[in-house]
Amino acid sequence: MNAVIDQRQRPAGHRPRLALGPVLYYWPREQLEAFYAEVSQWPVDVVYLGESVCAKRRSFGLDDWLAIAQRLEDAGIEVVLSTLTLIEAESELKTLRRICTNGRFTVEANDLGAVRLAAGSGTPFVTGPAVNIYNPRTLRVLAEQGLRRWSAPLELSGQAIAAIQARRPPGVETEVFAFGRMPLAYSARCFSARAANRPKDDCGYLCLDDPDGRLVRTQEDAPFVALNGVQTQSAPVCNLLPEIETLGEIGVDVLRISPQSRGTQAVLAAFQACLERRLAPAEAMEALRRAAPFGFCDGYWRGEPGAAASC
Amino acid sequence: MRAGANRQGIELICPAGNLPALKAAVDHGADAVYLGLQDATNARHFPGLNFDDKRLAEGIGYARTRGVRVLFAVNTYPQPAGWAQWTRAVDRAGESGADALILADIGLMDYACTRWPQMPLHLSVQASATNPEALRFYSEHFGVRRAVLPRVLSLQQIERVSADSPVEVEVFGFGSLCVMAEGRCLLSSYVAGQSPNTCGACSPAQAVAWRETPQGLESRLGRVLTDRYAAGEAAGYPTICKGRYRVGGRTYYTLEEPSSLNTLQLLPELAAAGVAAIKIEGRQRSAAYVREVTRVWRSALDRLARDEIAFRADPQWQATLDGLSEGVQTTFGPYHRPWQ
Repeated sequence: MNAVIDQRQRPAGHRPRLALGPVLYYWPREQLEAFYAEVSQWPVDVVYLGESVCAKRRSFGLDDWLAIAQRLEDAGIEVVLSTLTLIEAESELKTLRRICTNGRFTVEANDLGAVRLAAGSGTPFVTGPAVNIYNPRTLRVLAEQGLRRWSAPLELSGQAIAAIQARRPPGVETEVFAFGRMPLAYSARCFSARAANRPKDDCGYLCLDDPDGRLVRTQEDAPFVALNGVQTQSAPVCNLLPEIETLGEIGVDVLRISPQSRGTQAVLAAFQACLERRLAPAEAMEALRRAAPFGFCDGYWRGEPGAAASC
Repeated sequence: MRAGANRQGIELICPAGNLPALKAAVDHGADAVYLGLQDATNARHFPGLNFDDKRLAEGIGYARTRGVRVLFAVNTYPQPAGWAQWTRAVDRAGESGADALILADIGLMDYACTRWPQMPLHLSVQASATNPEALRFYSEHFGVRRAVLPRVLSLQQIERVSADSPVEVEVFGFGSLCVMAEGRCLLSSYVAGQSPNTCGACSPAQAVAWRETPQGLESRLGRVLTDRYAAGEAAGYPTICKGRYRVGGRTYYTLEEPSSLNTLQLLPELAAAGVAAIKIEGRQRSAAYVREVTRVWRSALDRLARDEIAFRADPQWQATLDGLSEGVQTTFGPYHRPWQ
């Protein structure tokens, strides 16, 4: 890739930080508690907390999230509160308002409504990958609203990200989704409920049975996507570990690892080892396979179909 | 603001994928038509569709002399490499004398406000604004006057959004049905490299393949087998969300049946919810299709305007629309809660 590198925005020895994205699945309360009890021991700089997929999931309420947030912050981790991506109901807006006016923690806006609420209340905010920032002018408008960091939309290529990087406003950081099942679409429909012939209003919380989503295969048995409630994800895991040098070179500030029920710690450790140059990406790949039972993909980064894989 | 000063009530917005379709919509009762250029700057970027400069001038002239408004869609998301092309599209809209611009991208809205401050802006469905706070963002920053709501809201939700919205609300009434929130669906680029956001194309034609096999007729998008049809089974265009896949041991329409949206019977409810306009999907459809659909919806909206309480959909209208619909069935889609 011919990266467009703006040296002014890349301090010497620039090394991206590691972020743990929000848990996208419905895990029972005990599992979430156990997971976040461990996170403070992991090599992670930023942790996103909260429900970003379905408002019906209630393992944790906002107060539970805030308690975890405090604990992680005390452990020296930067905490960001994530918000719902598809906001439809008044009750969802109510929760959104509470998060955006929390007065304490940075907010990940996953909808322009959240941007407005956070900006309006002076709460620091970042945007998640579902907020459509495809060009520097959009980034500038949001920076004027107080945006601290943006996440590149998943379908942007490395080249497009580098071009936006070269013209990003001062003070705005860049995050890239570097590892995990990619959220590809959101719907009013719950596909987990639909898979069991149940209406969404009476879903029976079936997605609790699928801690990493429910696999969808094509009719010739190829792993294709994963159903996660109203969200559709890639079945293969997006893996940009082999691109880690380039990500640093183009001045990406944060690499997002999206949690899975197994292997997340090993993924973080592998990325950390490569960032610290203790391991080469090729040496660290083996450790990532456990978190990718249906293989890797990296097509978007290379300007190809997102499902395409070079690794 | 409404075209056709003699008409009251909900505005009818019809698709103009080419000049004959535009004329059909204008001649048969559209209050406004929407159109785009022959490139990736709009969300119906398909071969042979849309307008070059000459037809644009003719189309806009034809509509305006008949009191029909023209809405100009530049509703995809420009990336750095395409920025000049997209701003040029906005400029062409500004120069064309169109009545409003339909935009999705924030950067482009900022550009349009600076370069064409008098041009009214509509928020495209591709901007995915589903709640009043998001609508306020676009209203406060860019003076957006109207927003097209994504097809994810129920009637009750539309009612609430509309009541609390700082801008007019437009909803889809008829045509193909996106099961995913528009502007937030990458399924097409995941498989075929191009998406509505980046290129204005969902399931681009060049990535579609059909093959007869011993197991039946197979449809593919890119490398993905989207469906396999038994002999005599009607085959649909292979959009990812309308394919049959396997979950556990079961093969079924995992995301959506190949059905299309028809809200004719919900018109009184949509009117009561305060929607300002109904949009008919289908810039990729023929002029004959546009003519028939426009005619039916014009009759329905006229009847509604005469008497909202006693409104009943004419069985003949329904039959006409059913005959034009994609797939085997029509649905109220998200507007009807059980569908969700």
